[in-house]
Amino acid sequence: MTRTRGSRVPFPLLLPAVLGLIFLILPVIGLLARVPWTTLPQRLTEPDVLQALRLSVVTATLATLFCLVLGVPLAWLLARVTFPGRRLVRALVTVPLVLPPVVGGIALLLALGRRGLVGQWLDSTFGFSLPFTTAGVVVAESFVALPFLVISVEGALRGADARYEEAAATLGATRWTTFTHVTLPLVGPGIAAGAVLCWARALGEFGATITFAGNYPGITQTMPLAVYQTMESGDLEGAVVLSLILLAVSITILAALRDRWLTAP
Amino acid sequence: MRTLRLAAAGLAAVISFGVAGCGDGSTNPASGAGASEVTGAVTVFAAASLTESFTTIGKQFEAAHPGTAVTFNFAGSSALATQINQGAPADVFASAAAKNMTAVTGAGNAAGPPATFVKNQLVIAVAKGNPKKIGALADLSGRGIKVALCAEEVPCGAAAGKALDAAGVKVTPVTYEQDVKAALSKVKLGEVDASLVYRTDAKAAAADVGAVEFPESAQAVNDYPIVLLKDARNASGGQAFIDYVLSADGTKVLEEAGFQAP
Repeated sequence: MTRTRGSRVPFPLLLPAVLGLIFLILPVIGLLARVPWTTLPQRLTEPDVLQALRLSVVTATLATLFCLVLGVPLAWLLARVTFPGRRLVRALVTVPLVLPPVVGGIALLLALGRRGLVGQWLDSTFGFSLPFTTAGVVVAESFVALPFLVISVEGALRGADARYEEAAATLGATRWTTFTHVTLPLVGPGIAAGAVLCWARALGEFGATITFAGNYPGITQTMPLAVYQTMESGDLEGAVVLSLILLAVSITILAALRDRWLTAP
Repeated sequence: MRTLRLAAAGLAAVISFGVAGCGDGSTNPASGAGASEVTGAVTVFAAASLTESFTTIGKQFEAAHPGTAVTFNFAGSSALATQINQGAPADVFASAAAKNMTAVTGAGNAAGPPATFVKNQLVIAVAKGNPKKIGALADLSGRGIKVALCAEEVPCGAAAGKALDAAGVKVTPVTYEQDVKAALSKVKLGEVDASLVYRTDAKAAAADVGAVEFPESAQAVNDYPIVLLKDARNASGGQAFIDYVLSADGTKVLEEAGFQAP
């Protein structure tokens, strides 16, 4: 505010800015306007709703853990190690970020499905196939959410002061010890933020999940799938109730991350 | 409003033929008949199981009525009914079951009573060559047999439920798909061993899947109704399309696809 004092905000900037804000908020208001508040408590406690919510929370959490285990080392590799083809690797990591999730779902089917590249081997060796299982949901969500974690953790690593790590190295610490005792605590908040972002993305995942994992209540039908199916069946009120839950979860996440995102640098 | 629409239709005619017929159109409101007046874009919302046959009929219709362009939205009938009731711009709705049609007519969104144009019934779609030796509905509840069914709201899902009840068989599918084509694609991909789809869908995919007929299918026959929608932007075009579907030419395409006469 202090910077613009004395000079008026130019209209050609103000108008699109306000329109942009309205554009973002209006759909949410439209959703809230149709919430059946009187029957809401009863609808929220329907077993189907709770089942889908539980499945969503469980799979998103497992996907986040999976992404942490694979994603943090990957981010570290991209941020701390110089190797040929690093730029290519980073580009590959971001592919699922820009890929439409439904395409990701088809790709997963062709790689990990029962007749897929690797999947047929899983099926013939272990008699196990990922599609239509809760594990399949976790895989689909992880595929879509992992880049978010890698990108944000890599950003945190690049922003962290490398001199602490160098000091540890000069004191004789191995790279592994440096990673666990210096790097991780240093970028802890960045990893946490990346994990929350990753969790939110996994929670909202739809296209890859319905394509790869299918749609069965309690096994693979997560909240977004339940919203879709409820809407398709003509039960608008039910779809609104389910959407409201996801909206509430999203706002909670935003509130949890407000220090990182909502305070301008 | 009406004049405006007809003028727009006239404009489309001018663009496609280079004939100036705008004034005539607005003074003589189209009443549905007369091939010469049928022009412009016709939007048809049709059940997924009609994909192949309606695409063919659409091409024939365009050839019979130069200046028309038919666009289709193929999906599960329940999804289509929801979209129409939410105000999606469509001229014609063809449903795979009476129930989903009733959702539209009941909401007052049809221009008149629907007409039943075909019937269809289910078969068991299996992998080519039927490697799991599935011969009857009861085999679907066997151990290690993965089955994809349509969701209950979708006509193929409702019909599957009826057929399974009639057979006294309880099947736990691995997934509920949003339309019959999605269910069939799971068989094509080899992700499931079987699915209950319409005879017509199995026939259209005969290169990739096998079809097993079963007697209980006769107790779950779906009537396909078609209707002109109240808010149709091109009512004359929509009506002409419906007339074409019901004509001998349309019936021929549908029967070749494996549909039965109503």
